[in-house]
Amino acid sequence: MRVAIIGTGNIGTDLLLKVQRSPWLECALFSGRNLASAGMRTARDLGVPVSDRSIDAVVELADELDLVFDATSALDARRHWELLEPRGVPVVDLTPAKLGELCIPALNLAEAAQEPNLCMVTCGGQAAVPLAACVAATHAHVEYVEIVSTSASRSVGPATRINIDEYLATTEAAVRKFTGVARAKTILIVNPSNPPITMQNTVFAKTEEADLETLTAAVEQMVARVQRYVPGYHLVVPPLYEGGRIAMTVQIRGAGDYLPAYAGNLDIITCAAVAAAEERARANWQDDSEDEAVAATG
Amino acid sequence: MAEILISDPTLRDGNHAVKHQLSAQQIRSYAAAANAARIPVVEVGHGNGLGASSLQVGQALLSDREMLRIAREQLTDVKLQAFGIPGFAKLPDLDGALEEGADLFRVGTHCTEADLTERHITYLRGHSKPVHGVLMMCHMTTVGDLVEQARKMEAYGASGAIVMDSAGALLIDDVRRRVSALVEGTGMAVGYHGHENVSLGVANSIAAVEEGATILDGTARGFGAGAGNTQLEVLVAVLQRLGHETGIDLYRLLEAADLAERELVQTIPTTDSVTIVSGLAGVFSGYSRPVRRIAQEFGVDPRDVFFALGKREVIAGQEDVILEVAAELREHLEVQVDIQVEIREGVA
Repeated sequence: MRVAIIGTGNIGTDLLLKVQRSPWLECALFSGRNLASAGMRTARDLGVPVSDRSIDAVVELADELDLVFDATSALDARRHWELLEPRGVPVVDLTPAKLGELCIPALNLAEAAQEPNLCMVTCGGQAAVPLAACVAATHAHVEYVEIVSTSASRSVGPATRINIDEYLATTEAAVRKFTGVARAKTILIVNPSNPPITMQNTVFAKTEEADLETLTAAVEQMVARVQRYVPGYHLVVPPLYEGGRIAMTVQIRGAGDYLPAYAGNLDIITCAAVAAAEERARANWQDDSEDEAVAATG
Repeated sequence: MAEILISDPTLRDGNHAVKHQLSAQQIRSYAAAANAARIPVVEVGHGNGLGASSLQVGQALLSDREMLRIAREQLTDVKLQAFGIPGFAKLPDLDGALEEGADLFRVGTHCTEADLTERHITYLRGHSKPVHGVLMMCHMTTVGDLVEQARKMEAYGASGAIVMDSAGALLIDDVRRRVSALVEGTGMAVGYHGHENVSLGVANSIAAVEEGATILDGTARGFGAGAGNTQLEVLVAVLQRLGHETGIDLYRLLEAADLAERELVQTIPTTDSVTIVSGLAGVFSGYSRPVRRIAQEFGVDPRDVFFALGKREVIAGQEDVILEVAAELREHLEVQVDIQVEIREGVA
């Protein structure tokens, strides 16, 4: 599948490095606004075609693209989709613009992959919602779910900072969708420690009682499922019950592609976006093979 | 002598000391007393500000809007201030505070992350509200960086910068250097918000004034997170003695503080073994209560928890790490016990 990436910041560049490794995806264009940026230099070194004409360059190439990854900001992603939708180019959106179906690969990959616009929620959502879904699946009465995501300052770029409200709202929407719990809250913390902290997410749930044994088993399975596309995803605090709340914490060590391993907040969403795109590519390939088979017999 | 704007977060920081359980009656009584004392600015809310009621930092008894509304009714002669930290507070939370009639806003963030406040500050300036930027945990960055961060807030539209010593970790010279650099390096009014972990609240505040600060925070009886805040009634008395103008009626203020002691405060904040360690470790004062509770539940030493948190350089809002640290310490203890048992059994 030929893809373009728009947005050349932390997320766009980390995504590019993962796309380059995918047997299903080929990056035909890496487009942003500043040819001198670190991300652009990385792309040029890899021999990937680049442009500083942002969405315009992507629109010009639209006929040759099977998919566009949007790694800009929530505001820009909205404008980009208005231009790409009429041209029939599907978008995997890594901003919290929430224009299309919310996708968390561990929970709804097969159903969502064919959507024309796929919202990859947020890094905190990708990390924590699978665990929140385990709580909802193993407990009858979950009153409230809360997610706290902490990332290293260096890994939180300007677009994420200006989008902080959309980040929180989209994560909360994903919690509600995948757990069915109406009351949800998200908190985002940006920590400047040096050496940088590894991206960390805690899920809290308010329940009257906790079945920790069943929950822990479900969580272990879920962690293994997420690890298939995000290898650095691991539990640091297994489910516990304290002060009337269930709590558990995961960390994500990144692959160290663009930023060092602490920046697991990049990996969790870029790996999820690649998993979604690959699922679409695989399904399309199967459809094509079936069509060919029909043509051959017909 | 200088004119000093006193800002009183008794009904906000104090909420940390009572697990965010301040009631309608308590807010009503203290706000009325503060109004009578003509304390120019009264701040009310969850300890971590707008939108912060949560399992992470504690669920409040009342909603943000209820707290603001109750205070607003009493504050006929003085200003109502709301505080919000982006990442907790969303724009709809600011809308709520605007609708409840907040006159002034403080938008806070960890001292190195000023660009997280751009959206919130510009939004409030769009509503023509004065905004002061709060640089939290001010001991955790260099003086030069602090000025850079404050300048960003100024560029977004803030008219004041508050040096928030959230961990009570700054000593007198640390305060002097920070305040003088901000006075020199920005065009904003500069403020200081102290905590009593090492008993320097009033002394640090006076040093701040000597360096050009014109805004000071204090709470009645020091009612606030951890070892408590700079004690407001002492601060105002000392300012009066030094000839600084606050516009506050001292007798009425003392009465407000007496009322706070009777009606709000469960235990008068004091420096104890745990808060001294918390200050030394440079950990946010709001961690005090959850650390004590969780340390007890996990059977570990709260001082060890604080030093471990300090080593990890946690900032405000990372209370989930307390659980992680306590679990690690417990595991470590269990391993030690196992080894001791093995040694004993080996000998036997």
